Amino acid sequence: MADAILNLTCKQLRDQIAAGDVKSLAAVEAVFAQIEALDDKVGAYISTFKDRALEAAQTIDRKIATGESTGPLAGVPVAIKDNMCTDFGTTTCASKILENFLAPYNAHVVEKLRDADAVIVGKTNLDEFAMGSSTENSALKQTVNPWDKTRVPGGSSGGSAAATAARMCFAALGSDTGGSIRQPAGFCGVVGLKPTYGRVSRFGLVAYGSSLDQIGTLTGDVADAALMMNVIASHDKRDSTSISENTAPICDYLEKIDEDVKGLKIAVVPEFNAGADRNVQNALKSALDIYKALGAQIIEVKMPHLDYAIAAYYIIATAEASSNLARYDGVHYGHRTEKPADYVEVYSKSRAEGFGTEVKRRIMLGTYALSSGYYDAYYLKALKVRNLIRTDFTKAFEKADCIMMPTSPTTAFKIGEKIEDPLQMYLADIYTISANLAGLPAISIPCGFDADSLPIGLQILSPAFTEDKLLRIARMFESKTDYHTRKPKLAGCEK
Amino acid sequence: MSDAEYKVIVGLEIHVHLATRTKMFCGCELIYGGEANSRVCPVCIGMPGVLPVMNKQAYEFAVLTALALNCKISNFTKWDRKSYYYPDLPKNYQISQYDLPLAEAGYIEVPLESGQTKKIRIIRVHLEEDAGKNTHTLGNFSAVDLNRAGTPLLEIVTEPDMNSAAEVRALAVELQRIVRYLGVSDADMQKGHMRFEPNINLQITKAGAEYKTPIVEVKNLNSFRAVERSVAFEVRRQLDDFGETGRTMASGNKSTRGWDDERELTVLQREKEEAHDYRYFPDPDLVPVELTDEWLSQIKAHLCELPIEKQKRFVTEYKLSDYDAGVLTGDRNTAEFFDAVVKAGADAKRVCNLLTQTGMKLANEAGCNVADLGVDAASLAKLAKMAQAGDISATASATIFEEMANTKKAPDVIAAELNLIQTSDAGELEAVVDEVLAANPDAVADAASGGKKTKKARGFLLGQVMQKTKGQANPKVVSQILNKKLS
Repeated sequence: MADAILNLTCKQLRDQIAAGDVKSLAAVEAVFAQIEALDDKVGAYISTFKDRALEAAQTIDRKIATGESTGPLAGVPVAIKDNMCTDFGTTTCASKILENFLAPYNAHVVEKLRDADAVIVGKTNLDEFAMGSSTENSALKQTVNPWDKTRVPGGSSGGSAAATAARMCFAALGSDTGGSIRQPAGFCGVVGLKPTYGRVSRFGLVAYGSSLDQIGTLTGDVADAALMMNVIASHDKRDSTSISENTAPICDYLEKIDEDVKGLKIAVVPEFNAGADRNVQNALKSALDIYKALGAQIIEVKMPHLDYAIAAYYIIATAEASSNLARYDGVHYGHRTEKPADYVEVYSKSRAEGFGTEVKRRIMLGTYALSSGYYDAYYLKALKVRNLIRTDFTKAFEKADCIMMPTSPTTAFKIGEKIEDPLQMYLADIYTISANLAGLPAISIPCGFDADSLPIGLQILSPAFTEDKLLRIARMFESKTDYHTRKPKLAGCEK
Repeated sequence: MSDAEYKVIVGLEIHVHLATRTKMFCGCELIYGGEANSRVCPVCIGMPGVLPVMNKQAYEFAVLTALALNCKISNFTKWDRKSYYYPDLPKNYQISQYDLPLAEAGYIEVPLESGQTKKIRIIRVHLEEDAGKNTHTLGNFSAVDLNRAGTPLLEIVTEPDMNSAAEVRALAVELQRIVRYLGVSDADMQKGHMRFEPNINLQITKAGAEYKTPIVEVKNLNSFRAVERSVAFEVRRQLDDFGETGRTMASGNKSTRGWDDERELTVLQREKEEAHDYRYFPDPDLVPVELTDEWLSQIKAHLCELPIEKQKRFVTEYKLSDYDAGVLTGDRNTAEFFDAVVKAGADAKRVCNLLTQTGMKLANEAGCNVADLGVDAASLAKLAKMAQAGDISATASATIFEEMANTKKAPDVIAAELNLIQTSDAGELEAVVDEVLAANPDAVADAASGGKKTKKARGFLLGQVMQKTKGQANPKVVSQILNKKLS
């Protein structure tokens, strides 16, 4: 029974709960059984809320039994990345500095999940403050890839990706600043959607790079991503960068999910893709063949500025981070050093003790980039590059509906393989970063496995606020393949 | 330094709290004081994950003020983060405006004691959020109160156009009058609603050569007295310092001093201008503000006649002295009330006297504005007209004004009740005069003599008439009758 439940998609589970065929309580119990069996090994969760979740499930079951109306995720167990504030439990950002932080408010997306009657089972691990590509930068725990425990799950939403892959939740929220949803989704063989910047409110998401951060979803398939989008996409007046529904209407993303996009034109950037390893390139090629077979036209385009995306990203993101993270100073909340000699030491020691190596590195990089005398050469130049990249995309989208490229240049790498070499680690994001710089929606879907049976991700990018079309394009591939239905052995429920 | 001539040069940086309903970037109600950290929310204390949302009213107040300061209003402005670490700054950056302030290049016309006015140029006007407050009364610990954090703060920077302590004070006073007229700030100095930071130096001419003394910035002055006296003190100190050391302005030798209100002197805080690197960059959490023509005209509709314009008009239109016009335009309610009373047909000078001599005293006792004494403009105009017509004496009009405030009754009713109506009936009064003249032949002789006793005797006769009429005779009319009879 439990296995049968864990094999369901969100949508299937939601429908069965609503029909009274499955109890939410059973689903939540199945998820906790899975967590209790696996999470010692996987390390996906920083905190779980079993009692709270069981109680919530029973409430939903009661509502359904009495015919009360319920939300679109009624009774479905979901996880959220631990950089989104909840007024229950801790919000740690996987950092020592916020290890005991209790937020007095819920993030907008948490309110949305609550309103949709989803059951939040726990908060997942991440690279500290979402800075990283392997979740190895978590100061609180190590998450492993459910497909191979010696490998990283990707990052920074590694916990959410691993939990979804190992069926320790039915869907999870992640945040994506430079690929932090898509890259772990690719590494863990799940679907990762980063919506357009401004489509989902950032209120309550602990900021890393404010102009790049975007909340999105990790799900078992594309239809579930659409279902989750129906819940979290909305305007929020508490976030000034949230786009109004008048400017960019929100549709029912599920409604037409199974309709193929007719006359689909797909752009590819051959020079750019050549940097990926052979397994990845082959998988991309096969994926394009499937689209061709579906009638799509492949168009080769040049996007000359993509090569500068990583450089621009690591200036903009770190500049914003250096300012966003200034508030963690030991004065108002969070870790404070024991015996400061003076108020300057309250700052310097609390921060030195509270932040991990990568966070410090990025704070220093960003501080440097914004310093007087360097601002023009770094930050301002990076903003110019960002504009050029936007223009590259605009031009490409004049010719095609979407752009396809690998999610990552490789499949999941070994734990410890890149942690001492930040530049190599940064290159893991080469394909994902430009969507954040341009603020575009992008999705990673499972498109194959390498020689080591590790999942490979196909990334699809589309123009701003065309998530509906993006999801349909992704769904076309999914409906012709079964990569997304495969589960890691460890999950114990592979088909 | 007696052999040297010098010119004082002062520019001001001014911070004004805007009296908006809520804080600059969150929904906290803006209320002064309260228990420490009781007027805060996650946004204004900078908790993880929160985002700022611009207070539209604050922006409109800022634009309105900039309009009143004759500034060029930018139709595009943005928000920048100014980074520095300090316990009263929750995010360790302040949301401010750096390279694109909301307004630039204006001026403020300041009335001087001489009766002249002077235009002081404004460099820029921008909006930012205030910090909280650190207190150091807990022994080994300092405490932080964030109630004030996030209060909308207007920063106004002037050119160094002021040339005396009195001019600096005059600008401060005029700015207070303007923001109060506009209703954008309570501008209560005691509550720190206005804070001034003068930059002061001297241009000294000695033996044909010109020298400039190093610039001194005096921080955080929050009274007009402190503003004036600190500048005056700096002038003397810089003169002495130049005499002793000959030190002149050079790059990097600007210093910061604080004002010691008790000892009435400035105290060195920072010797050299530290090269502060605030690492300004555009706040990615806020979108730029685009001011459309339509929005600007909506804001413009809230402009009013500015105090200096009103003051000038009262002088030219109502023939008041500049002093009286200054007193009446001190605040907008008084000025508008005065205007209304005069427009209801009363004599301006008489209304001015009623308001400045009686009304302001009553208002002061009642702790309110003269406009809020409960006497409406029409009634006060009626009182003034009664006095003007000679129906009541000047003394009686003060008494009646006070009674009007107390009882809300009409002036003529009060005058009748208190028997304050003067007799101006010439026939009636003539009979009394005749009686008095008949009873006092000696005085009549003196009064008619044209000698030095005349004035005194006439005064005596007038007094006798007033006594007989129990003070209700119109002294003007009695004088006229006496003049006629005695000539």
